[in-house]
Amino acid sequence: MGLLAGLLILPLVGAAFILTLRGDADAVRSNARWASLFTTLGTFLLSLWAWGRFDAASPAFQLVETHAWLTDTIRFKLGVDGFSMPFVLLTTFLMPFAILASWSIEHRPKEYFVAFLVLETTMIGVFVALDLVLFYLFFEAGLIPMFLIIGIWGGKRRIYASFKFFLYTLLGSLLMLLAIMAMYWAAGTTDVPALLQHRFAANLQTWLWLAFFASFAVKMPMWPVHTWLPDAHVEAPTAGSIILAAILLKMGGYGFIRFSIAMFPDASAYFAPLVYALSIVAIVYTSLVALAQEDMKKLIAYSSVAHMGFVTMGIFTMTPQGVQGAMFQMISHGLVSGALFASVGVIYDRMHTREIAAYGGLVNRMPLYAVALMVFTLANVGLPGTSGFVGEFLTLQGAFKANPWVSFLATTGVILSAPYMLWLYSRVLYGPLEKPSLKTIMDLDRREAAILLPLVALVIYYGIVPGPILDSVAASTEALIRGYQSALGTTQTAAAPLAVLQ
Amino acid sequence: MYHAIVFLPLVGFLIAGLFGRLIGARASEVVTTALLFLSCVLSWIAFVNVGFGTGATRIQLGQWFASGDMVVDWAFRIDTLTVVMLIVVTTVSALVHLYSIGYMHEDPHRPRFFAYLSLFTFAMLMLVTADNLVQMFFGWEGVGLASYLLIGFWYEKESARAAAIKAFIVNRVGDFGFALGIFLVFVLFGSVAFDGIFPRVGDLANTSFRFLGFEWHALTLACLLLFMGAMGKSAQFLLHTWLPDAMEGPTPVSALIHAATMVTAGVFMVARLSPLFEAAPGAQTVVIVIGATTAFFAATIGLVQNDIKRVVAYSTCSQLGYMFVGLGVGAYSAGIFHLFTHAFFKALLFLGAGSVIHAMHHEQDIRNMGGLRRHIPFTAAMFAIGTLALTGFPFTAGYFSKDAIIEAAYVSHRGGAAYAFLCVVIAAFMTSFYSWRLYFLTFEGAPRWGHHGHAAQAAHPVAHGAPPDHEGVAHDERSRDIEPPTAAPHEHGAHGDHRPHESPLAILIPLGVLALGSLVAGFAAKEWFIGHHYGEFWKGALFTAPDNKILNEIHHVPLWVALSPAVMMALGFLLAYAMYIRDPARPARLAAEHPVLYRFLVNKWYFDELYDLLFVRPALRLGRFLWRTGDGRIIDGLGPDGISARVIDVTRGVVRLQTGYVYHYAFAMLIGVALLITWYLTLGGAGWGGGGAH
Repeated sequence: MGLLAGLLILPLVGAAFILTLRGDADAVRSNARWASLFTTLGTFLLSLWAWGRFDAASPAFQLVETHAWLTDTIRFKLGVDGFSMPFVLLTTFLMPFAILASWSIEHRPKEYFVAFLVLETTMIGVFVALDLVLFYLFFEAGLIPMFLIIGIWGGKRRIYASFKFFLYTLLGSLLMLLAIMAMYWAAGTTDVPALLQHRFAANLQTWLWLAFFASFAVKMPMWPVHTWLPDAHVEAPTAGSIILAAILLKMGGYGFIRFSIAMFPDASAYFAPLVYALSIVAIVYTSLVALAQEDMKKLIAYSSVAHMGFVTMGIFTMTPQGVQGAMFQMISHGLVSGALFASVGVIYDRMHTREIAAYGGLVNRMPLYAVALMVFTLANVGLPGTSGFVGEFLTLQGAFKANPWVSFLATTGVILSAPYMLWLYSRVLYGPLEKPSLKTIMDLDRREAAILLPLVALVIYYGIVPGPILDSVAASTEALIRGYQSALGTTQTAAAPLAVLQ
Repeated sequence: MYHAIVFLPLVGFLIAGLFGRLIGARASEVVTTALLFLSCVLSWIAFVNVGFGTGATRIQLGQWFASGDMVVDWAFRIDTLTVVMLIVVTTVSALVHLYSIGYMHEDPHRPRFFAYLSLFTFAMLMLVTADNLVQMFFGWEGVGLASYLLIGFWYEKESARAAAIKAFIVNRVGDFGFALGIFLVFVLFGSVAFDGIFPRVGDLANTSFRFLGFEWHALTLACLLLFMGAMGKSAQFLLHTWLPDAMEGPTPVSALIHAATMVTAGVFMVARLSPLFEAAPGAQTVVIVIGATTAFFAATIGLVQNDIKRVVAYSTCSQLGYMFVGLGVGAYSAGIFHLFTHAFFKALLFLGAGSVIHAMHHEQDIRNMGGLRRHIPFTAAMFAIGTLALTGFPFTAGYFSKDAIIEAAYVSHRGGAAYAFLCVVIAAFMTSFYSWRLYFLTFEGAPRWGHHGHAAQAAHPVAHGAPPDHEGVAHDERSRDIEPPTAAPHEHGAHGDHRPHESPLAILIPLGVLALGSLVAGFAAKEWFIGHHYGEFWKGALFTAPDNKILNEIHHVPLWVALSPAVMMALGFLLAYAMYIRDPARPARLAAEHPVLYRFLVNKWYFDELYDLLFVRPALRLGRFLWRTGDGRIIDGLGPDGISARVIDVTRGVVRLQTGYVYHYAFAMLIGVALLITWYLTLGGAGWGGGGAH
């Protein structure tokens, strides 16, 4: 058994251990959370080991392992390259924070932590699977624990939110399953490296692309299939929001890079204008909608949709800046949005409301919290020096190369992101502390500081030294673009649909 | 050495910001101020090295990021332009740090304040030392952040918070253009580093670029986009609205950021990119026209403002317009020269205004001042020096730099230069008028503050009644005039009388130093900046096209042009004297006679209202509409909610059928059987019949 299989199994071992816990409720609760904290930390260390053995200079799949599975052709194959390794690390890195953010969970703690650990396995599985069927399995299986987390431990409208989440994502997934079957019939294999070499017929590509698009667009989420996200976020418990925003959304972007672009280059070139259009609408539309929000989590959720707009736009520019920028934006957004939801969780735990108007003047009693939230706010606004800048800048640069119109319209998002974030910050943190309910609010305790401060440090670090992430993606990006361009023969065919927007 | 200059303020920021609570306010002040003075001394050494020696160099710190063919470094570009900016920034910043020790001594959040000041200085130094456009953008947004934090420093004040956000957003509008400009430059040149851009400008002189459906001269488009950033940062016409509101910040901040340094970043940018702008005549014309319009327009508003800081703010706006006119006509060094001298006298005026505000216990309305010269003679003298320099009194700093710009505008042949000449000459008259008006109303005449209740005013910002000689037709309800709300109550409570008092030494020393600079900076630096030593001083840091001989031509202007600034200055002074000393009732009469014009000016040409109507409200309304209707009714209504509603409708229908009564079911069965038989007999029967016959 290899390293990657270990990454998949370790959380399951932890989950199995928690299931065996018996006895006094308080003891079970305490043991369950410690067990899951140690499990996730162990998984993180293991993934660091995997990273140590990962050679970023090579675009090939590494740490590959194959096990017998369903049939001779459908096998349990795992491996990572420059596109998946950062996501594996992001997942394993953020899980301990999600566990820490769930420390005060009271209701059925055992099942709660089991759900999270199973979720971790499925998320890692999505990024390391090198077999299409296996990928699909993990991609869909992840829905179940998330559905339960929102549906059982969520807020007042949790049932509505979880069904909406489930309906949307399932609809896309069904189409993807059909596409996977079609690919199997056409290529005779579900092995991802083999499929990457396979050239699908152009008209088949179109249908396959659309089917995958349906699934990934919902996951991203792209406009207009984004409306599940605000509801899911609002109702999910804090840790659920963190994982949802930081990792589940990235599966869409990962899928676009891994499958849509790499396997269906002709269709990708053909549909690029559609993606551009939807991305721009996402950026402008959701930024404006975010301006009108009165619920903190909804505001951040809408801002996530806008930020994912930069990702989809960047990916389909098919320039090094666009793709690398999109990858960076996804990692950065994982850190920043995760941190923002964790920050909302901090004050939600104290006041049990997410309404912006219920707060004000917190800086007077929570200076440390104010600093942390300021850093995340600025990162979300895309200030240079924070990680939020690099991704935005590179994707826009890539878009400008591909099509100045797209870049021009998307850059308005740079203006629009400022008001809603600064208003949010100003209304929650600044002003006089007048509300009687807030008079005794406490600053971050140690556990909360342990969640937020490392994220503050990383957000700034990757803003100033983005090299580690960009470099690990560089070789794979180059290979992807080379393959894309040779598949199109010349770039001429790609330019034709682009001209539509010009 | 350059590392130390740039990073010492950062160290100060980190110490005061992270450990401010631990080491206390006094230690934070001392540490940040000391580090800044050290940085300042080193900057002057660097200035001598580079300006009068051969120290120009490039220092690589590391790579920021690289993607494909795009490489962005952290690096310093050290040339004469850089070191001029270094001394301006560090000198004013060091003095403002010192001043703030005196000015902010009552504020409970001093460590935070000094941390922000140092953070600002660091970002500004990163901006001026930038070796590429992206690093410049880093500094650019960094100073924007510091400005946001400092304008909103008194975060309990609603108006301060709003002003801070406004400043950030308006700057972002400019940065939108800046960012697009960087993208275009990279697409054109394949590089964002100045060393990669400037040598290749000639190759691209005739390139065109298709953007937004139009065919553009590529370099002109790049310059216009980049200039949009400069307009935002330097508060030029159309993107100026944030600057007056930025006066909500503490006064030292206004002096440092909104007068001497940050707002000149746009001027610096255009000068730095002089090789690009020289190749883009169309963009130059835009620079000239925007600059000239700003110089004129801001001066008109300055004529009628009653808040001491806002008068100086509009004056800053107007003077920045002068600088852009200088740059636009190709006299880059004249623009930078004015930047240099302006830093001294404008910082002096702001800090002087701060000293007045301090003396008046946080009163900012000049209608409630008067006769202060007898009480705070030193501040009055310094303020007078600043006013002389600003209005261009012969041999003060402003005299040399401003005259050079006016003459350059006259001799230039570029498009818009004639318009610019007209604007800047008229603006020189208005500058002189509003500056002396400010001086007279503040320091001369009869005191108007004795009868005034300070405590009440501090608690209710709008409650101050208009004095009898107040020139108001309508109240300017936007002139908010409280300074630190946190500090106000305990100070005023103890005061029996409201006699203005001279400020402490920490405040007066910076005033003295800046006054000295305002007197001699122009005279001392003239030959180097724009005179005979031009070439050996700049050493190519500012590029001028071969046919651009404007600095020689300004020596040959007609006498009336050379004299016009001085005449305008004298006229402005005389008019101000006549209106505010000889006949103090005249302004009110005049205002009453022209209510429309007066209201138009006092409300700042209604730009705030216009933007509110055009952008702010529609954006909010659109956001709400898209949310409620777009997301709620259309997407959800047709999507998940609609589907689930239809499913429920169908199930409801099905449920209704299942009544539980046997005769209902029997009836349904009967109908079913009847239908089946009918079908069998008519259609199906034929088929089956056919089968049977088989």
